[in-house]
Formats: sequence, C-alpha cells, structure tokens
Amino acid sequence: MTTVISAGPGHEPGPARRGRVRRLLDRHWYAWAMVLPTVLVLGVLVLYPLFQGIYQSFTDLNETNNRDLICTQTLGGGEDCVPNPDRAQFVGLDNYVDLLTGERGHFWLLLVNTVVWTGACVFFHYTIGLGLAVLLNRTFRGRSLYRVLLIVPWAVPAFVSAFAWKFLFNPRFGLINSLLSNVGIDPVDWFNHRWTSMFAAIVTNVWLGVPFMMVAILGGLQSIPADLYEAAEMDGATPWQRFRHVTLPGLRPVSSTVILLGTIWTFNMFPIIFFVTGGEPAGETEILVTGAFRAAFEGLRNYSLAATYGVLILSMLVVYAAMYRRVLRSKGEVW
Amino acid sequence: MSRRPRGRDERSLGASVALHATLLTATAIALFPVLWVFLASIKPQNAIQSSKVTLIDHPTLENYRHVLFDTSFPTWFLNSVVVAVFTMVIGMAMSATAGYALSRFNFPGKRGLMWVFLITQMFPVAILIVPIYSIMASLNLIDTKASLVIAYCTVAVPFCTWMLRGYFDTIPRDLDEAAALDGLGPFKTFWYVILPLARPGLAVTAFYTFLTAWGEVAYAIAFILSDKKLTLGAGLQQFVPQFNPQWDLLTAGAVLIMLPASLVFYFAQRHLVAGLTAGGTKG
Repeated sequence: MTTVISAGPGHEPGPARRGRVRRLLDRHWYAWAMVLPTVLVLGVLVLYPLFQGIYQSFTDLNETNNRDLICTQTLGGGEDCVPNPDRAQFVGLDNYVDLLTGERGHFWLLLVNTVVWTGACVFFHYTIGLGLAVLLNRTFRGRSLYRVLLIVPWAVPAFVSAFAWKFLFNPRFGLINSLLSNVGIDPVDWFNHRWTSMFAAIVTNVWLGVPFMMVAILGGLQSIPADLYEAAEMDGATPWQRFRHVTLPGLRPVSSTVILLGTIWTFNMFPIIFFVTGGEPAGETEILVTGAFRAAFEGLRNYSLAATYGVLILSMLVVYAAMYRRVLRSKGEVW
Repeated sequence: MSRRPRGRDERSLGASVALHATLLTATAIALFPVLWVFLASIKPQNAIQSSKVTLIDHPTLENYRHVLFDTSFPTWFLNSVVVAVFTMVIGMAMSATAGYALSRFNFPGKRGLMWVFLITQMFPVAILIVPIYSIMASLNLIDTKASLVIAYCTVAVPFCTWMLRGYFDTIPRDLDEAAALDGLGPFKTFWYVILPLARPGLAVTAFYTFLTAWGEVAYAIAFILSDKKLTLGAGLQQFVPQFNPQWDLLTAGAVLIMLPASLVFYFAQRHLVAGLTAGGTKG
C-alpha cells in the first residue's frame, strides 16, 4: 500500500525522476488500476481503523467518556449541552502496564488459555486431517462418498456447531454424560471446571476444523508426482519410509501454509469459546479474543482496554508469522 | 528380508478392513452431532431435556412450527441472507481484478500489498471491532445491516483476493499471451478469457465468503441492538440464556439453518475441493 504511493508522484521533481515515474505509470497503470479498488477498501476499512485502534489503546476511552459533549435533559424538555470535562485522554502506556501486570483484566490467564487452545486445536486438526487425507488418497470403493460425508462439519456454521456440542456436553441431559454413565463413569459437570470446559471447546473446534485441513492436505497429496512413489518402491522403501521421505516432504508447501493459517484462525476463533464455554467457570476459559470482546461490549464498556488487547494479539501474531517464515526459509522453503 | 515391501495399491484384507473401519468411525463422528440435533429437534420439549437417551421419542414437528411462527427466527434468517449475499457480491467484485493483477503482473508495490493481505488475515476481531464500531456510530449506522456488510468486507476482500490469486495462478499464462497476441488489452483478457475459465475458483470463493458472513457472530452481537434486525448467529443465542434455555427452539432453528447451507454445499463441494486444491498447492 505505502509502496504504491511512494512509487507515484511526490518525489523531488527532476526530468530524470519524472521520466521514471512516467515510464512506471505507462508500464504498470493497468495493474495499479486493477488493485486500486481493493487498496481503497483496505485503506478505509482496515488500515484506518487499525491505526485508530492503536491510538485508542493509549487513551482511557470507555463508555462514559466517549462523547465530546454532555447533554442533559432540562426541566422544560430541552437539552443542555456542555463540553465533556472527562473526555477520554491520552494515558500513554498505562493500559499496557495494567494489563501486563495483571492490575486490570486477566491477561496471563487468557494468554495461557489461548496458547493451550491454539496448540491443541491446530495439532489435532493437522494430525487427524493428515491421517484422513492419506487414507482418502488411496483408491477404494466408496471413496468419494466418504469424502463428501467427512466434509459435513465444514458446511455447518461455527455457531451452530457450538450450540450442537454445547447440547451434547450438557451436564444434565447431554448425550456425552449419558454415554459416560452407561460405561460406569460418573457424569462430568463439564462447564464447572476450567480444563474440562476447555476440553469441550477444543473437541468442538477440532470437529469443526478437521475437514478443511483434510481437503487442503488431500489437494497437496494429489500434487505429489506418482513417479516419486514408483521410484521409492523400486528402491524397496517400506510404506512408512515412503510416507516419511516422499509424502511428508512433498506436502511441505501445503502444510506450512495451512498450519500458519490454522494457527492464526484458531487464535482468533471467537464463536466457539463464546458459545460453548461462555468463559465458564467464571471467566476461566476465556481466550484473548473473547476477553477483548467482553471488555469492549459487556458491563462498563472499556474500549481502550479492548484495543490494548487487540494490539497485543496482533503483535503476537505478527511476531509468530515472521518467526515461522524465517524458520521455513532457513529450511530452504521459498515462500 | 527378501520379502518385497508392500506396494501402494495392494492391500491385505486386514488393511482393507482397518481402512474402512477408520473411515466409518470418522464419518460417524463427523455426522453424529448433526444427526443428534436433528433427532432432538423432532422430540417434544420435555423429551429433549430428559436424561433418558432415546433416539426417537414421539416425533413431532411442533418445535418447527413454534420457531417459525412464534419467534423472530424467519426475520433473522432473512437478515442473514441479505447480509451474506451483499458481502459476497461486494467482496467478489472488488477482489477479482486485484487477484488477477497480483497473479499476472509484476508491479511496484506488489510485495507490500501481498504482505498487507496476509497480515490482514491475522487481524483479530478485537482490534478492529471498536474503531469500526465508532465509525459506524458516527455515521449513524449502528443497528443496521449495512454496518455488518461493511464490517464483513474487511474480512471478505483480503480473503477473496488471496483465494482468487491462487486460482488465477493455476490458469496457464499462455492463454494471456495468446490473447495479447490477438490484440486484447489486459482488462479484456481478464474479462473475456480468464474470468470464464476461473468459474470454479469464483464459485468456491463466493461460497466461502457467503459462509463466513453467514456464520459470523462477534460483529453481529456488538452492532445490532434491536431484536428484529439480528442475524441468525446473534439471534439463536437468545434461545439459550443461562436460565431457562429453550433447546426445543434451538435445535429446530439449528436444523433450519443447516439445511440450505448443506444443500448449497453439496452442489458446490466438487468445485470446492478442486478450487481449494488449486489454491492450496500454490501456498
């Protein structure tokens, strides 16, 4: 975005410079014209709010001080407006200090929850997805039927799955507890303990996310040239060796993309936690995104604290993505 | 030691049984929650909330009648359709050209732009929702469907661009070159040659965008205040408050939401697999 602008006019005018700009425009105007609408939308809808959000995280903006004017009803039925003496002010790093020291909110609890949640979900998404994809990549009868049926969870909107699983995990009449008591295990009060509650949410999200991984990996498997397998077979490689030395390396481009995307998506996955655990018990299963949402829209609306959460989440993800990319590159991956 | 390791397409009987057993189990797990919600939705209210497990218990359509005629569910449904369709159309229209340009041309700013698209995918709802909320509030758009469409475009536009670029990458460049030799400019090439070929990719992207908007809840809960304007995600929540949840309404509603989605999905899935495969291998 910025590069586009800096390549345009705005440099010191000089005949050589101007000629260069002209040449660039002549050569690239259609490409720029094609990306322009998207760039505008991104600028207005994403970058501007982003910078505003970053700015808000340095203020004490909340529900009570977000107005520039305070209007009170007068006895006659009119309105009396005065400048708000307590408007939001710039408070520097206060929000960050408060959050990171645990003065306000439960940042570290939410961070641990988020990391456990993301790690567990992505791990099971990937391993189960890979397993199913490898099975489906063979030729056998009924393969396309299996494939369609296995994709079903993907077609279900996330909030519907969340409610469906909350229903299954219901401590009083949920099916899962009935099954447990049938095999002689005491029913579990799922949402009354931090880790059982988290477990329910993770199960829901794994169920929801496996089909995407499976389909993406299946695509990757089909792009591995068959002669590689034939060559490996000639050399007498066992099935495990073929999987280890042909399949996994061949999958690496797909795997690296879906794991990165999956991590980011899961990190920011709002509806599952919000609907399945709802933070129960007592906010102990909240993750960062839902915590930020509750700060902003529940109770006394603390917009600046939510923005601070947002900035912290974004910085963590950016650092993660950059590190991820560096590791891939050091392994010789071009990405 | 001299035994030859098993080849790729040979399987012993045991392996075949294991393969089908695994897949059958996986399929059962994939289908079961959906099936269970459906079975619950045709039970009378007291049977849903009983701890005795029954598959079918006095089947009735009473829950459906109740949810369709005595609640705001149909309105929510319509709201969701409107929001999702507008998001989809706007997202696709804005991003198709950009995806093509990113796929075909090397231009100054391309790398930066790709980064912006990638980073946008990382944006948590948490950082954008408050600023967008204040923008909407100052435009008096809070509690309107337009606010949701606009908010969803922040997700849809970068996502569609990324997906479509991946798909355009799989269409051979020779076609562009041939079109250029025939005297077509880049815009005409895009419109007459590439777009028709990209139909499966467009279908996938459209479908995916639709589903994203259809299933979004955070913005919907934050932006929409009045009952009549809620979308499905935010509305359904009202059936199951902490005290006195009405699972009869919820299960019936859930089935009604899944039905159209799975129909569309069933018809789109062939394209979906092909399109994602193309996008996926590109990374």
